[in-house]
Amino acid sequence: MKRIALLAIALLLVAGLVPALAAQAPIRIGALFAITGPASFLGEPERNTAQMVVDEINAKGGIKGRKVELITYDTQGDATKAKQLVNKLIKNDKVSAIVGPSTTGETMAILDDAEKAGIPLISCAAGSKITDPVRKFVFKTAQNDSLAVARIYEYLKKKKMTRVAVLTVSDGFGSSGREQLKAQAANFGMQIVVDDTYAPKDTDMTAQLTKIRGSQAQAVICWGTNPGPAVIAKNARQLGLKLPLFMSHGVSSRKFIDLAGDAAEGIILPSGKVLVADLLPKKDKQKQSLMAFVKDYQGHFKAEGDHFGGHAWDATMLLRQAIERGGDAPAAIAAELEKTRNFAGIGGTFSFSPRDHAGLTKDAFVLVEIKNKDWVLVK
Amino acid sequence: MNLSDQIIQFLLSGFATGAIYALIGLGFSIIYNSTGIINFAQGEFVMLGGMVTMFFLTSLHLPLPAALVGAVAITTVVGVLFERLAIRPIRKPTPLNLVIITIGGSILIRGLAMLVWGKDTHAIPGFSGEEPIQLGNASLLPQHLWIFGITTLVIIVSKVFFNYTISGKAMRACAFNPRAASLIGIDVRRMVLFSFIISSAMGSMAGFIIAPLTMTSYDVGIMLGLKGFCAAIIGGMSSGLGTVFGGIILGILESLGAGLISSGYKDAVAFVILLLILFIRPQGIFKRADSERV
Repeated sequence: MKRIALLAIALLLVAGLVPALAAQAPIRIGALFAITGPASFLGEPERNTAQMVVDEINAKGGIKGRKVELITYDTQGDATKAKQLVNKLIKNDKVSAIVGPSTTGETMAILDDAEKAGIPLISCAAGSKITDPVRKFVFKTAQNDSLAVARIYEYLKKKKMTRVAVLTVSDGFGSSGREQLKAQAANFGMQIVVDDTYAPKDTDMTAQLTKIRGSQAQAVICWGTNPGPAVIAKNARQLGLKLPLFMSHGVSSRKFIDLAGDAAEGIILPSGKVLVADLLPKKDKQKQSLMAFVKDYQGHFKAEGDHFGGHAWDATMLLRQAIERGGDAPAAIAAELEKTRNFAGIGGTFSFSPRDHAGLTKDAFVLVEIKNKDWVLVK
Repeated sequence: MNLSDQIIQFLLSGFATGAIYALIGLGFSIIYNSTGIINFAQGEFVMLGGMVTMFFLTSLHLPLPAALVGAVAITTVVGVLFERLAIRPIRKPTPLNLVIITIGGSILIRGLAMLVWGKDTHAIPGFSGEEPIQLGNASLLPQHLWIFGITTLVIIVSKVFFNYTISGKAMRACAFNPRAASLIGIDVRRMVLFSFIISSAMGSMAGFIIAPLTMTSYDVGIMLGLKGFCAAIIGGMSSGLGTVFGGIILGILESLGAGLISSGYKDAVAFVILLLILFIRPQGIFKRADSERV
C-alpha cells in the first residue's frame, strides 16, 4: 500500500508538478558551431556572439522572467560529429530549439534529425539547399549565394557590361557560386566568356588571368575565400589587368584588405551590411541593430564583429522573439518563427513565410568598393 | 593579346614558380644524398621560413633584413632539434621508419605553428615594392627577381661547398659509402646533422622569398613540399643542376597546363610527371643509371 502511495506521488510529481516547476526552469537552447577545425573562422565568432546575446538577455531578466540556458557543442566542422551532437542536444539536453551549425555540409547532415524530432533549427550556413525545399522546422539566417550574384549582375547591367569572365575556387563555396553565376547569367543578359577555376591552395593564378586578359571579357568575377582571392588581386595587378575585378562576399572582411594590400584598391564586392554599418543612411532599418551588434562585439571580444557572428545574432534574436510571442514549446517556436515579418537583423531584414524559410531579399547585400584600404558604399 | 604573348607570360610565370620548386627540391636532395633519408618535413621548413619572418616583421617590428636572418636562424634550430631528437635516436634506421618519422615530425611542426600563430593566412610586403616590371607584353614583380637571385646564389654556394670544402667533400663521401667514410675518420653522424642544417636553412629561404607572392599560413608546407619533392625526383635527387631543371620544368608545365588546357589539371600535371618518372626513369631524366652524383 505504501508502495502504491509512493508511486502515486511520484506520478503526480511527474505529471502535475513538473510543468508548474518548469515555468521557473530555464529555457534550453542548443547551439552547434564549428568552433575549431577548418571552418573555425565561422564557428568562433558565431559561438562568441550567441553566448553574448544570451548573456545579455539573462542580464535583462531573461525571456518573460525565465532565464535562457545556451548549451553549445563544437562540431569541428565535421558532419559526423554534428549528427551525433544534434541527437545529444535533442535526446539528452532536451533543448527547445537549436542554433547552427556553421557550414552547409553539417546542416544538410542533421536536417532530418531536427525535422523528425520536431525541434526548430536555425542554421547559420548559406547553402540554398537548406531551405529549398522548405522543411517545417528548418530555418536559416545566412544569405543565399544567389542574392550576392544578383547584386553583381545588376551592377554590371547598369554599367552596360555584358561579357564576364568567372574564376572560381574548386571547393564547395566556389562551385556553389559558379552554379549561381551560370544559372543567373541569362536573366541579366550576361555572357560568360571565360569559365575557369583554381585550387584552394594555389599560389599563382597568372596563367588563368593571362587567359582572361586575352579574351573578350569586360569584367572578372572571382568567387572564393581567403587567401586565393588576395593572390588573384595581386596577380591581376602584376599583369596590369585593366578589367574591373569583382569578388564574392566570401572575402568581405578586413583580412582581405590586409592580405591583398595595394592590389585590393578598386575591387568591388557584395557584402552584408555589417561591414559598412556606420556608412549606412539613417533611414536604413537595419542600422540600429547593426550598430548595437558592432559595439557589443567590440566591447566583449576586442575584435570587429563580422557577418559570420551576425548570423548567430540573427538566429538567437529570432528565437527570442518567437519565444516571447508563443512560449518555448518547440512546435510553437517554429510556428512563431514562420510568422516573423520585417525583423531588421544583421544579415538583412527577415520575413519568413510558410514557403520561405530563408527570409531575405537581395537588399541583404550592398555593393562595396575598396578605396584607400577601406570600404566605400557603391551607389 | 595574341597567343604568343600569352605563352611568354605562361613561361615567365612558370619559370618563377619553378625556381621556388627547385630551391625546395634542393633541400630534399641534400639530405637524401648525405643520409639516404627523404625528409618529408622539408615543406615545414619552408612554412617556418615564411611564418617566422611574418612574426618578426609584424609582432616584433624588426627591419626586414633582421627578420630574414632571424627566420633562417630559428628554422635552422628547428632543423637541428629535429635531427637530434627524432632522427638520431632511432635504433634501426630503415627507410620506412625514417619516412614515417619525418612525416610525423612534419605534422608536429605544423600543429605547433598552428597553435603559436593561429590558422589565419598572413601577408608579407614585397622586399622591394610591388610595382610590376614590364617585359614586352609580359610582366614580373620585383619579388620574382629576388627569387631568381637567391635561388642562383644558393645553387652556386652549394656547388662550391660540396666540391671545394673539406666538409662538403666529407658529406659527399658519406653519400657514396657511409661505412668507408667512417673508416677514414669522417664523423658520419656529424655530417647528417650538417645536412639538416643546410637544408633547413635553404627551406626557410625558399619560405621567405615566396611569402610576399603567395602569402603564408601554417599549412602551406604540404603542397610546396610535395612540389619540391617532385622537382627533386625529376632531377634524379641530384643536389646540383638536375633538381634545378626539374623544378623549372615542373613550374613551366604547370603554368602551360593551367593556361592552355585547364587549371583543373594544374596539380595533376605535377603528379603525372612524378609517376611517369618513377615508372620509366627512376634515376631521374638527367642522370645515367650507373653514375653517382651528389
